[in-house]
Amino acid sequence: MLREDQIERYSRQVILPNVGGKGQEKLLSAKVLVIGAGGLGSPAGLYLVSAGIGKIGIVDSDKVELNNLQRQILHSTKNVGKPKVESGKERMREINPDVEVAPYNLRLTSENILDIVKDYDIIVDGSDNFPTRYLVNDACVLSKKPLSHGGIFRFDGQAMTIIPGKGPCYRCLFPEPPPPGAVPSCQEAGILGAVAGVIGVIQANEVLKFVLGIGEMLVGRLLVFNALDSSFRIVKVPKYKDCPICGENPTIKKLIDYEEFCQLKTQNKKNKNGG
Amino acid sequence: MEEKKPDATLDLRGVVCPINFVKTKLKLEEMNKGQILEIVIDPGEPMANVPRSIKEEGHRVIKVDKINDHFRLLIEKA
Ligand SMILES: [Zn+2]
Repeated sequence: MLREDQIERYSRQVILPNVGGKGQEKLLSAKVLVIGAGGLGSPAGLYLVSAGIGKIGIVDSDKVELNNLQRQILHSTKNVGKPKVESGKERMREINPDVEVAPYNLRLTSENILDIVKDYDIIVDGSDNFPTRYLVNDACVLSKKPLSHGGIFRFDGQAMTIIPGKGPCYRCLFPEPPPPGAVPSCQEAGILGAVAGVIGVIQANEVLKFVLGIGEMLVGRLLVFNALDSSFRIVKVPKYKDCPICGENPTIKKLIDYEEFCQLKTQNKKNKNGG
Repeated sequence: MEEKKPDATLDLRGVVCPINFVKTKLKLEEMNKGQILEIVIDPGEPMANVPRSIKEEGHRVIKVDKINDHFRLLIEKA
Protein backbone atom coordinates (compact mmCIF):
# COMPACT_ATOMS: atom_id res chain seq x y z
CA MET A 1 0.00 0.00 0.00
CA LEU A 2 1.30 3.43 -0.92
CA ARG A 3 1.79 5.89 1.90
CA GLU A 4 0.11 9.27 1.78
CA ASP A 5 3.38 11.05 0.83
CA GLN A 6 4.05 8.43 -1.85
CA ILE A 7 0.62 8.99 -3.39
CA GLU A 8 1.50 12.67 -3.60
CA ARG A 9 5.12 12.16 -4.80
CA TYR A 10 4.24 9.68 -7.54
CA SER A 11 0.78 11.03 -8.42
CA ARG A 12 1.72 12.13 -11.95
CA GLN A 13 2.77 8.63 -12.92
CA VAL A 14 0.20 6.73 -10.82
CA ILE A 15 -2.40 8.65 -12.80
CA LEU A 16 -1.16 7.14 -16.07
CA PRO A 17 -3.17 4.33 -17.60
CA ASN A 18 -1.17 1.07 -17.22
CA VAL A 19 0.79 2.40 -14.24
CA GLY A 20 -1.55 3.03 -11.31
CA GLY A 21 -0.88 1.90 -7.78
CA LYS A 22 0.13 -1.57 -8.92
CA GLY A 23 2.72 -0.17 -11.34
CA GLN A 24 4.10 2.07 -8.63
CA GLU A 25 4.41 -0.93 -6.30
CA LYS A 26 6.40 -2.70 -9.05
CA LEU A 27 8.76 0.27 -9.31
CA LEU A 28 9.16 0.44 -5.53
CA SER A 29 10.16 -3.20 -5.38
CA ALA A 30 12.49 -3.15 -8.44
CA LYS A 31 16.27 -3.36 -8.18
CA VAL A 32 18.34 -1.64 -10.85
CA LEU A 33 22.12 -1.61 -11.21
CA VAL A 34 23.65 1.45 -12.88
CA ILE A 35 27.18 0.89 -14.14
CA GLY A 36 29.10 4.14 -14.30
CA ALA A 37 28.04 7.31 -12.49
CA GLY A 38 29.08 9.43 -15.47
CA GLY A 39 27.48 11.02 -18.51
CA LEU A 40 24.90 8.26 -19.04
CA GLY A 41 24.54 6.94 -15.51
CA SER A 42 23.82 10.43 -14.14
CA PRO A 43 20.63 11.21 -16.08
CA ALA A 44 19.54 7.56 -15.99
CA GLY A 45 20.07 7.38 -12.23
CA LEU A 46 18.29 10.67 -11.58
CA TYR A 47 15.12 9.61 -13.41
CA LEU A 48 15.17 6.16 -11.83
CA VAL A 49 15.51 7.55 -8.32
CA SER A 50 12.77 10.10 -9.00
CA ALA A 51 10.43 7.42 -10.30
CA GLY A 52 10.82 5.49 -7.04
CA ILE A 53 12.85 2.44 -8.05
CA GLY A 54 13.23 0.50 -4.79
CA LYS A 55 16.95 -0.16 -4.88
CA ILE A 56 19.58 1.39 -7.10
CA GLY A 57 23.14 0.10 -7.18
CA ILE A 58 25.82 2.41 -8.60
CA VAL A 59 29.21 1.12 -9.69
CA ASP A 60 32.14 3.47 -10.30
CA SER A 61 35.75 3.54 -9.15
CA ASP A 62 36.48 7.16 -10.04
CA LYS A 63 36.40 10.36 -8.07
CA VAL A 64 34.46 13.44 -9.21
CA GLU A 65 36.61 15.79 -11.29
CA LEU A 66 35.83 19.33 -12.31
CA ASN A 67 35.79 18.37 -16.01
CA ASN A 68 33.04 15.81 -15.29
CA LEU A 69 30.47 18.40 -14.27
CA GLN A 70 29.79 19.56 -17.85
CA ARG A 71 27.77 16.36 -18.41
CA GLN A 72 27.69 14.23 -15.26
CA ILE A 73 24.71 15.94 -13.71
CA LEU A 74 24.54 13.66 -10.69
CA HIS A 75 27.53 15.50 -9.18
CA SER A 76 28.15 19.03 -7.99
CA THR A 77 31.10 21.37 -7.55
CA LYS A 78 31.26 20.84 -3.80
CA ASN A 79 31.81 17.09 -4.37
CA VAL A 80 34.90 17.39 -6.58
CA GLY A 81 37.43 14.91 -5.17
CA LYS A 82 34.79 12.65 -3.60
CA PRO A 83 34.17 9.12 -4.91
CA LYS A 84 31.49 9.33 -7.61
CA VAL A 85 29.38 6.65 -5.96
CA GLU A 86 29.30 8.63 -2.69
CA SER A 87 28.49 11.87 -4.47
CA GLY A 88 25.80 10.08 -6.49
CA LYS A 89 24.27 8.45 -3.46
CA GLU A 90 24.13 11.79 -1.65
CA ARG A 91 22.28 13.46 -4.54
CA MET A 92 19.92 10.51 -5.02
CA ARG A 93 19.00 10.41 -1.34
CA GLU A 94 18.32 14.16 -1.43
CA ILE A 95 15.86 13.65 -4.26
CA ASN A 96 14.11 10.59 -2.91
CA PRO A 97 14.79 9.11 0.53
CA ASP A 98 12.42 6.22 -0.34
CA VAL A 99 15.12 4.67 -2.49
CA GLU A 100 17.86 2.42 -1.15
CA VAL A 101 21.14 3.35 -2.85
CA ALA A 102 23.97 0.81 -2.86
CA PRO A 103 27.36 2.27 -3.81
CA TYR A 104 30.07 0.02 -5.30
CA ASN A 105 33.33 1.96 -5.29
CA LEU A 106 35.21 -0.51 -7.45
CA ARG A 107 36.22 -1.48 -10.95
CA LEU A 108 34.21 -4.32 -12.41
CA THR A 109 36.23 -7.40 -13.29
CA SER A 110 35.52 -10.97 -14.34
CA GLU A 111 36.01 -11.84 -10.67
CA ASN A 112 33.40 -9.58 -9.08
CA ILE A 113 30.77 -8.74 -11.69
CA LEU A 114 28.56 -11.85 -11.48
CA ASP A 115 28.25 -11.51 -7.75
CA ILE A 116 27.10 -7.89 -8.05
CA VAL A 117 24.77 -8.36 -11.01
CA LYS A 118 22.91 -11.29 -9.44
CA ASP A 119 21.09 -9.08 -6.92
CA TYR A 120 19.46 -6.88 -9.58
CA ASP A 121 16.49 -7.18 -11.97
CA ILE A 122 17.99 -5.13 -14.80
CA ILE A 123 21.34 -3.49 -15.54
CA VAL A 124 22.04 -0.08 -17.08
CA ASP A 125 25.39 0.11 -18.84
CA GLY A 126 26.69 3.65 -18.71
CA SER A 127 30.35 2.70 -18.96
CA ASP A 128 32.75 4.69 -21.11
CA ASN A 129 35.19 1.98 -22.20
CA PHE A 130 35.20 -1.20 -24.24
CA PRO A 131 36.61 -3.61 -21.60
CA THR A 132 33.72 -2.82 -19.25
CA ARG A 133 31.12 -2.77 -22.01
CA TYR A 134 32.05 -6.29 -23.19
CA LEU A 135 32.40 -7.57 -19.64
CA VAL A 136 28.93 -6.25 -18.74
CA ASN A 137 27.36 -7.69 -21.90
CA ASP A 138 28.90 -11.11 -21.31
CA ALA A 139 28.02 -11.14 -17.61
CA CYS A 140 24.40 -10.23 -18.40
CA VAL A 141 24.12 -12.87 -21.14
CA LEU A 142 25.65 -15.56 -18.91
CA SER A 143 23.42 -14.67 -15.97
CA LYS A 144 20.37 -13.95 -18.16
CA LYS A 145 19.90 -10.41 -16.88
CA PRO A 146 18.25 -7.73 -19.02
CA LEU A 147 20.66 -4.96 -19.98
CA SER A 148 20.17 -1.47 -21.30
CA HIS A 149 23.12 -0.53 -23.48
CA GLY A 150 23.94 3.09 -24.18
CA GLY A 151 26.86 4.66 -25.99
CA ILE A 152 27.86 8.19 -26.92
CA PHE A 153 30.51 9.56 -29.23
CA ARG A 154 30.92 13.25 -30.00
CA PHE A 155 27.49 14.26 -31.40
CA ASP A 156 26.15 10.74 -31.76
CA GLY A 157 24.45 8.39 -29.38
CA GLN A 158 22.98 4.91 -29.48
CA ALA A 159 20.89 2.68 -27.27
CA MET A 160 19.68 -0.90 -27.38
CA THR A 161 18.07 -3.19 -24.85
CA ILE A 162 19.37 -6.71 -24.47
CA ILE A 163 17.09 -9.41 -23.14
CA PRO A 164 19.14 -12.60 -23.14
CA GLY A 165 17.30 -15.44 -24.85
CA LYS A 166 14.88 -13.03 -26.49
CA GLY A 167 16.95 -10.75 -28.69
CA PRO A 168 20.48 -9.96 -29.84
CA CYS A 169 23.27 -8.95 -27.47
CA TYR A 170 25.99 -6.34 -27.90
CA ARG A 171 28.34 -8.95 -29.41
CA CYS A 172 25.71 -9.84 -32.03
CA LEU A 173 26.24 -6.27 -33.20
CA PHE A 174 30.00 -6.00 -32.61
CA PRO A 175 31.43 -9.50 -31.93
CA GLU A 176 34.83 -8.30 -30.69
CA PRO A 177 36.19 -5.06 -29.25
CA PRO A 178 37.85 -2.79 -31.82
CA PRO A 179 41.62 -3.20 -32.20
CA PRO A 180 43.68 -1.00 -29.88
CA GLY A 181 43.88 2.57 -31.06
CA ALA A 182 41.20 2.17 -33.75
CA VAL A 183 38.57 4.08 -31.80
CA PRO A 184 39.41 6.94 -29.47
CA SER A 185 38.15 6.45 -25.94
CA CYS A 186 35.40 8.67 -24.65
CA GLN A 187 37.92 10.78 -22.81
CA GLU A 188 39.76 11.63 -26.01
CA ALA A 189 36.70 12.09 -28.20
CA GLY A 190 34.83 14.95 -26.58
CA ILE A 191 31.12 14.93 -25.92
CA LEU A 192 28.28 17.40 -25.72
CA GLY A 193 26.62 16.97 -22.32
CA ALA A 194 23.10 17.04 -23.72
CA VAL A 195 23.88 14.06 -26.00
CA ALA A 196 24.70 11.99 -22.93
CA GLY A 197 21.48 13.28 -21.40
CA VAL A 198 19.35 12.14 -24.34
CA ILE A 199 20.78 8.61 -24.32
CA GLY A 200 20.86 8.22 -20.53
CA VAL A 201 17.22 9.26 -20.31
CA ILE A 202 16.30 6.75 -23.01
CA GLN A 203 18.02 4.07 -20.93
CA ALA A 204 16.02 5.11 -17.85
CA ASN A 205 12.86 4.96 -19.93
CA GLU A 206 13.68 1.43 -21.09
CA VAL A 207 14.16 0.35 -17.47
CA LEU A 208 10.86 1.90 -16.39
CA LYS A 209 9.00 0.16 -19.24
CA PHE A 210 10.66 -3.14 -18.39
CA VAL A 211 9.70 -2.91 -14.72
CA LEU A 212 6.16 -1.80 -15.52
CA GLY A 213 5.79 -4.35 -18.32
CA ILE A 214 4.46 -1.77 -20.76
CA GLY A 215 5.29 -0.69 -24.30
CA GLU A 216 7.85 -2.00 -26.74
CA MET A 217 11.48 -2.29 -25.65
CA LEU A 218 14.49 -1.59 -27.86
CA VAL A 219 15.09 -5.33 -28.20
CA GLY A 220 16.65 -6.11 -31.57
CA ARG A 221 16.40 -2.44 -32.43
CA LEU A 222 19.33 -0.07 -32.17
CA LEU A 223 18.25 3.51 -31.63
CA VAL A 224 20.71 5.93 -33.21
CA PHE A 225 20.62 9.61 -32.30
CA ASN A 226 22.42 12.41 -34.07
CA ALA A 227 22.50 15.67 -32.16
CA LEU A 228 23.52 17.91 -35.06
CA ASP A 229 20.45 17.20 -37.15
CA SER A 230 18.30 16.14 -34.17
CA SER A 231 17.45 12.84 -35.81
CA PHE A 232 16.53 9.46 -34.41
CA ARG A 233 16.83 6.30 -36.49
CA ILE A 234 15.99 2.72 -35.64
CA VAL A 235 18.30 0.08 -37.07
CA LYS A 236 16.99 -3.48 -36.91
CA VAL A 237 19.56 -5.81 -35.33
CA PRO A 238 19.07 -9.54 -35.87
CA LYS A 239 20.38 -12.17 -33.49
CA TYR A 240 23.77 -13.27 -34.89
CA LYS A 241 23.88 -17.06 -35.08
CA ASP A 242 27.68 -17.09 -34.78
CA CYS A 243 27.70 -14.61 -31.88
CA PRO A 244 30.64 -15.66 -29.67
CA ILE A 245 28.50 -15.51 -26.51
CA CYS A 246 24.81 -15.94 -27.38
CA GLY A 247 25.08 -17.72 -30.75
CA GLU A 248 24.38 -21.35 -31.58
CA ASN A 249 27.90 -22.50 -30.67
CA PRO A 250 29.23 -19.97 -28.20
CA THR A 251 33.03 -19.83 -27.91
CA ILE A 252 33.04 -17.60 -24.84
CA LYS A 253 32.08 -19.61 -21.79
CA LYS A 254 33.71 -17.53 -19.12
CA LEU A 255 34.26 -13.84 -18.65
CA ILE A 256 37.19 -12.04 -20.24
CA ASP A 257 39.05 -9.08 -18.81
CA TYR A 258 40.16 -6.99 -21.76
CA GLU A 259 42.09 -4.91 -19.26
CA GLU A 260 45.62 -5.98 -20.26
CA PHE A 261 44.70 -5.41 -23.84
CA CYS A 262 43.94 -1.80 -23.05
CA GLN A 263 46.87 -1.24 -20.75
CA LEU A 264 48.96 -2.35 -23.67
CA LYS A 265 47.18 0.25 -25.73
CA THR A 266 47.98 3.04 -23.27
CA GLN A 267 51.51 1.72 -22.96
CA ASN A 268 52.03 1.96 -26.71
CA LYS A 269 50.58 5.40 -26.79
CA LYS A 270 52.78 6.55 -23.93
CA ASN A 271 55.80 5.26 -25.78
CA LYS A 272 54.74 7.04 -28.92
CA ASN A 273 53.99 10.23 -27.07
CA GLY A 274 57.21 9.91 -25.17
CA GLY A 275 59.20 9.74 -28.40
CA MET B 1 -35.08 2.54 -9.08
CA GLU B 2 -33.43 1.31 -5.91
CA GLU B 3 -29.97 2.87 -5.42
CA LYS B 4 -27.10 0.37 -5.13
CA LYS B 5 -25.38 0.38 -1.76
CA PRO B 6 -21.75 1.50 -2.13
CA ASP B 7 -19.02 -1.02 -1.29
CA ALA B 8 -16.57 1.73 -0.35
CA THR B 9 -16.60 5.46 0.29
CA LEU B 10 -14.02 8.21 -0.13
CA ASP B 11 -14.49 11.69 1.23
CA LEU B 12 -12.41 13.85 -1.09
CA ARG B 13 -13.69 17.23 0.04
CA GLY B 14 -10.78 19.69 0.14
CA VAL B 15 -8.54 17.34 -1.85
CA VAL B 16 -7.14 19.11 -4.92
CA CYS B 17 -6.71 17.86 -8.49
CA PRO B 18 -5.21 15.50 -9.44
CA ILE B 19 -4.77 13.87 -6.01
CA ASN B 20 -8.55 13.40 -5.70
CA PHE B 21 -8.54 11.36 -8.91
CA VAL B 22 -5.35 9.47 -7.93
CA LYS B 23 -7.03 8.41 -4.68
CA THR B 24 -10.18 7.38 -6.52
CA LYS B 25 -8.09 5.38 -8.98
CA LEU B 26 -6.11 3.65 -6.22
CA LYS B 27 -9.31 2.73 -4.36
CA LEU B 28 -10.90 1.36 -7.54
CA GLU B 29 -7.80 -0.78 -8.15
CA GLU B 30 -8.42 -2.57 -4.84
CA MET B 31 -12.08 -3.24 -5.64
CA ASN B 32 -13.68 -5.93 -7.75
CA LYS B 33 -15.41 -5.48 -11.07
CA GLY B 34 -19.00 -4.35 -10.63
CA GLN B 35 -18.52 -3.02 -7.10
CA ILE B 36 -19.67 0.49 -6.31
CA LEU B 37 -17.45 3.29 -5.01
CA GLU B 38 -19.00 6.41 -3.54
CA ILE B 39 -16.92 9.60 -3.60
CA VAL B 40 -17.63 13.13 -2.44
CA ILE B 41 -15.79 15.90 -4.28
CA ASP B 42 -15.74 19.69 -4.44
CA PRO B 43 -17.52 21.70 -7.14
CA GLY B 44 -15.50 23.57 -9.79
CA GLU B 45 -12.23 22.05 -10.98
CA PRO B 46 -12.66 18.67 -9.24
CA MET B 47 -16.17 18.25 -10.63
CA ALA B 48 -14.92 19.22 -14.10
CA ASN B 49 -11.99 16.77 -14.06
CA VAL B 50 -12.64 13.76 -11.82
CA PRO B 51 -15.76 12.30 -13.51
CA ARG B 52 -14.15 12.65 -16.94
CA SER B 53 -10.93 10.92 -15.81
CA ILE B 54 -12.95 8.09 -14.23
CA LYS B 55 -14.79 7.54 -17.51
CA GLU B 56 -11.51 7.63 -19.46
CA GLU B 57 -10.31 4.69 -17.37
CA GLY B 58 -13.41 2.81 -18.47
CA HIS B 59 -15.45 2.97 -15.24
CA ARG B 60 -19.09 4.04 -15.14
CA VAL B 61 -20.38 7.04 -13.23
CA ILE B 62 -23.86 5.78 -12.39
CA LYS B 63 -25.16 8.60 -10.24
CA VAL B 64 -24.33 12.23 -9.47
CA ASP B 65 -26.02 14.12 -6.60
CA LYS B 66 -25.47 17.64 -5.44
CA ILE B 67 -25.40 17.66 -1.65
CA ASN B 68 -25.11 21.13 -0.17
CA ASP B 69 -21.88 22.55 -1.64
CA HIS B 70 -20.50 19.21 -2.78
CA PHE B 71 -21.06 16.46 -5.29
CA ARG B 72 -21.59 12.81 -4.50
CA LEU B 73 -20.73 10.33 -7.24
CA LEU B 74 -21.44 6.62 -7.46
CA ILE B 75 -18.91 4.79 -9.62
CA GLU B 76 -19.19 1.24 -10.88
CA LYS B 77 -15.81 -0.42 -11.33
CA ALA B 78 -15.17 -1.75 -14.81
ZN1 LIG C 1 24.95 -12.14 -29.07
